[in-house]
Amino acid sequence: MKICCLVKEVPDAAVTKRIDPETKRLDRSGEKNLNPFDTHGIEAAMQIREGGEVEVDEIVAVTMGPSSAVRALHKAVALGADRSVHLSDDALEGSDVCATGLALAKLLSSESPDLVLLGQQSDDGECYTIGAVVADHLKMPSLTQVIKIDVASDALTCERQAEYGYDTVEVQMPAVISVGDAINEPRYPSLKAIMGAKKKALDTKAIGDVGLEADQVGEAGSKTQVLGMNPPPAKQGGEVIEDEDTTETVEKIIAWLDERKLIR
Amino acid sequence: MSGILVYALHDGEGNFNKNSLGAISEAAKLAGELGGEAAAVVVGKVGDDVGGELGRYGAAKVFRAADVEEGLAQPIVDVMAKLIGEHGYSYALFGGGLLGFEIGAGLTARLAGGVTMEVTEVQAREGKLVALRPVLGDSAIADVAYVGEPGIIIGRLNAFDISESGSGEAEVVDVDVELSEWSTKAKMVTRGEARGEDINIEDADILVGGGRGLGEKDNFKLAEELAEAMGGAVAATRAVVDAGWYPYAAQIGQTGKTVAPKLYLAAGISGAIQHKVGMQNSENILAINKDPNAPIFEFCDLGVVGDLHKIVPKLTEAIRAKKSG
Repeated sequence: MKICCLVKEVPDAAVTKRIDPETKRLDRSGEKNLNPFDTHGIEAAMQIREGGEVEVDEIVAVTMGPSSAVRALHKAVALGADRSVHLSDDALEGSDVCATGLALAKLLSSESPDLVLLGQQSDDGECYTIGAVVADHLKMPSLTQVIKIDVASDALTCERQAEYGYDTVEVQMPAVISVGDAINEPRYPSLKAIMGAKKKALDTKAIGDVGLEADQVGEAGSKTQVLGMNPPPAKQGGEVIEDEDTTETVEKIIAWLDERKLIR
Repeated sequence: MSGILVYALHDGEGNFNKNSLGAISEAAKLAGELGGEAAAVVVGKVGDDVGGELGRYGAAKVFRAADVEEGLAQPIVDVMAKLIGEHGYSYALFGGGLLGFEIGAGLTARLAGGVTMEVTEVQAREGKLVALRPVLGDSAIADVAYVGEPGIIIGRLNAFDISESGSGEAEVVDVDVELSEWSTKAKMVTRGEARGEDINIEDADILVGGGRGLGEKDNFKLAEELAEAMGGAVAATRAVVDAGWYPYAAQIGQTGKTVAPKLYLAAGISGAIQHKVGMQNSENILAINKDPNAPIFEFCDLGVVGDLHKIVPKLTEAIRAKKSG
């Protein structure tokens, strides 16, 4: 079987994110990293391969994004993917969830995966939706925020938490599954794997290569329009203290609780 | 007609999710401003009294797909896509919740509609809806308009207030939907399993919340001892519940409980959006976390940057001493 792992390049967690006032898009300059949630998807693919319940022929890392996104693919390969595919085209810039989902689905179609894995959310966009958008385009069943996967020959038994507790769902493959961070502890790549990542096959495609027209993606293919950005309602910032001397810190906490009559 | 179609989630026994009731209330208000109607969609075996029940919150119609099972998104996408196609609803609205994200996403693909998520407010402007959505860790609010129809709006947990504005009975319309082939390929084995003991955190005046920063399951006793000393209960984040450290019944936030105690003491909780939405209305929030960049320091009333393993036991001791003294 063939597993495709959708990955995304996101601003590094330590970078202060900002919106470009001109384009009203996320400023994606500065340090970048592989979306941490997607590392759980790659780890899940590796565990399926190593579990031996099914034969995994190939794990392919798949992304769309500017040329810098190859670094996210290199990381994905260092974590265990065999090769990677990059959809890169100026026409994609400014794609919303609707256009991004279509583009990724077209790209994935060209790979014919048995299973698509991705992180439940991206560190920057916090959309939670891409997996389910892609699944409907691919006409595949899907489940999001999955925290346990048991794999059999043609079906997956998945667990996830929903509104009323834990659900167990059997999903036939091919399928699209987004995973939560509780599913596994991603491994650290070995130095050898990091060094070797750039040598693994990386296929770069333009939109025409996957059957997309320019008006289906980017701003032209988007169905939402950001009218403006505003600061959130002002909230009185709380007091933050550093614990240097714990006895003193505890005294301060007690005084704060006392003032609010919370110790009774 | 600028109608709004709302998905009403229930537990399988006809008890509707309060985020869905909030979404119906919101849709009724907005539909009034747009000059259209709000309609609700329910799936599964629901009695005829559903018309009165959802009509109270302002639904003019309730579409009931009795043969479709509640709990999985894709069959509900089939139902809603058909209704939007046949009746021309301009918007689909979802209250906060996991299924809303999945169904909304499916509709986006199926109908080529724009989608916004984690929406905290919806406004009617010049006959169209604009969704207000916090972005970048809630540091800015984006005003988002839709290009074409339908527009899909997925609310943040507790974003929409429940309001019994409805004037009468909603008409119940039974619908028959042929499911897409791929919608039949996921099957619910068990739904809504509550793992761990059943504990009540919603009535506590004081809650000590424990997160991943506790380090390991056994360290929950630090939170328990503090809660006991203060006369409160212990709550947990989704991460630690998923990890099996604490019962699901104690979980706060998305797919968990929403609480507003007099004091919420967050121990080792970073304050991710999914947790924040379940406890941000607490009267007083005290956070202890070793990471000075943790988002919780942006919305707590008193933040302590430090090692909870050092601070919490001493705090427990000090509170005990003060109470006995």
